[in-house]
Amino acid sequence: MGGLQDRRTFLKRAAALPGLASAAEGARRAEDEARYVAEARYYEKLPHRKIKCTLCPRECVIDDRERGYCGVRENRGGIYYTLVHSRVCAANIDPIEKKPFFHVLPGTTSFSIATAGCNVNCKMCQNWDISQVRPEQVRSLYLPPREVAALARQNQCATISYTYSEPVIFYEYMLETAEAGRAAGVKSVVVTGGYIMTDPLKELCRRVDAVKVDLKAFSEKFYREVVNGELKPVLAALVALRKLGMWTEIVYLVIPTLNDGDQEFRDLARWVKSDLGLDVPLHFTRFHPQYLLKNLPATPLKTLERAKAIADAEGLHYVYLGNVPGHPAENTYCPRCRRVLIQREGFFVRSLHVRGGRCEYCRQPIPGVWEKS
Amino acid sequence: MGRSDASRRRFLGGCLAGLTGGACGQSRGPSGQVKSGPAGGPSRVVIARDPALRAGGGPDGARLGKLLDRLLQAFYGVDNPGEAWRRLVRPGEVIGLKVNCLAGKGASTHPELVEAIMERLQQAGIRARDILVWDRLSEDLESAGYRIATGRDRARVMGNDLLGYEDELSAFGSAASLLAKALTQVCDGVINLPVLKDHGIVGVTLAMKNLFGAVHNPNKYHPNTGDPYVADVYMLPPIRQKVRLTICDAVNGQYEGGPSYMPQWSWPFNGLLAARDPVALDWTGWQILEQERARRGLKPLKDAGREPKWILTAARHGIGTNDPGRIERLEV
Repeated sequence: MGGLQDRRTFLKRAAALPGLASAAEGARRAEDEARYVAEARYYEKLPHRKIKCTLCPRECVIDDRERGYCGVRENRGGIYYTLVHSRVCAANIDPIEKKPFFHVLPGTTSFSIATAGCNVNCKMCQNWDISQVRPEQVRSLYLPPREVAALARQNQCATISYTYSEPVIFYEYMLETAEAGRAAGVKSVVVTGGYIMTDPLKELCRRVDAVKVDLKAFSEKFYREVVNGELKPVLAALVALRKLGMWTEIVYLVIPTLNDGDQEFRDLARWVKSDLGLDVPLHFTRFHPQYLLKNLPATPLKTLERAKAIADAEGLHYVYLGNVPGHPAENTYCPRCRRVLIQREGFFVRSLHVRGGRCEYCRQPIPGVWEKS
Repeated sequence: MGRSDASRRRFLGGCLAGLTGGACGQSRGPSGQVKSGPAGGPSRVVIARDPALRAGGGPDGARLGKLLDRLLQAFYGVDNPGEAWRRLVRPGEVIGLKVNCLAGKGASTHPELVEAIMERLQQAGIRARDILVWDRLSEDLESAGYRIATGRDRARVMGNDLLGYEDELSAFGSAASLLAKALTQVCDGVINLPVLKDHGIVGVTLAMKNLFGAVHNPNKYHPNTGDPYVADVYMLPPIRQKVRLTICDAVNGQYEGGPSYMPQWSWPFNGLLAARDPVALDWTGWQILEQERARRGLKPLKDAGREPKWILTAARHGIGTNDPGRIERLEV
């Protein structure tokens, strides 16, 4: 597949367009094209200039001049393009705990980027103002891969995070940025809903170091009605991640009345145990009213504690609570000697007792990504 | 056209619609028709055709203007076109013309039609500067043959990319969108100008689907053949309140391969459709496309897996009627 389109070609095309509002507008469009548009990696060409996107399980079939569900990929004359390569609408330096990753380089910062767009439409999305819009509808910054890597290094960030919206939809940019980061000695971590096909996931796993999956519920009904997606492919992606040896953590946002039943917690914990293993961290996090679920209250603490108790009882080693600063379930405990290994308060690490991937007290191996290089 | 001619056609058309429409409903209508349409009697759908509409590649502007006059006179049941337009707009208002330009020159709202409408709006007292020709993207408008115009001294032609969207969400059912400022802030009233066209995902794209151009996230509304999304988007209050009339550009029809322009599946319908009730118009347009599909040996949209069920959903929402017995179809 081709890379970024030739800048000169686009400038010439733009100049040839009749009736543009102004030369400046034409130049701006041409510049955007040259910077942000690249041929997509995963799609099939169909008759009559249609294409089928094969990046995510939605498998959108898209007519000429139309976009996929994500809003950031467009069919132009039978060739499918991403419109968000290097088109960053959010960039921040965050604690890695904010993602949250609790077993990846604790206490470090992560250079965090996002583009517009998402391949689902969750009613509880806290970043809908970037995830549910098209790239041209938000202000963006041109940040090519090597520049991201350089900025991460310059700011002493141990990792680059692809986060906030849904990195699957800026797949090509994420891949190239991860490569640039690796060349610069900066790891890459992905914060995703896990709605991705197996082949692109495999390719991604060759370039990144950890993946956090937002498992939004453990029922197809919830995925259909609240997420506008499907559960089954997400579970398949989680299994694939483990098989590929990718460090994986799971976050489960507990939403009152929608996914907070004891049986659902139990089914989830049992599935994690049987299909992924006891060592996969499971974070139950607190919901706050957002976007299209402003009618629901924040998650009661006792509901979160009940979820944790159920998952603990199933034998999972690392069950955390999130969005409850100061709660003891923010800490990492050694599954053998039960001592506190990583003491956290909100996004901050107060003490760290993992050395060389082992409990400092009893030498129990603690799974995760602990070395910067 | 004299009043007596129009009245007679209306009477006959109404009778025919009542007879054939009922039969349609029983034999090949969707899975259900909603008997209770909007209040105030049957929904009128006028179809005006001129077999000699074309001149060369496109429509003859003068003939298209006359066809438009015939359409509006029949729709309002008046003797002269000026009276029809004065019923639709009032001097001092800002009127939006929501065109459909995604498919470029082959299958978009014809500029000749828009020019004819603009001329008549001005004759009805609307200042040129108070007319906005509008679609989702300026580049789509350009590709369909429009010239972008942003100055305030004349009619404006521009996309949502230049006019922007509201900051607050509007929501109904499955739809939650930022609405185009063209709709919410600029225009007092909107004339909806879709085309008569097949759609590869949602079945057909006519009156209601054209308002996807008024929301920031149409890409989210295509699953499940657009049901209930198309109907839910149309329920957003500014759309319900401001769209006054739909005039469907049916100079060409496209019965397969949409929304892209596919000349091999287009045919000269040589007509225009008008309705205040978008459900009735969409139902009528759908039947026209189905008839052409059948004539060409293509299977019905239902069998092709893209029956536009959202038309029924829209009827259930009370937007209009899909009941042929309640659609007064006039052909002039």
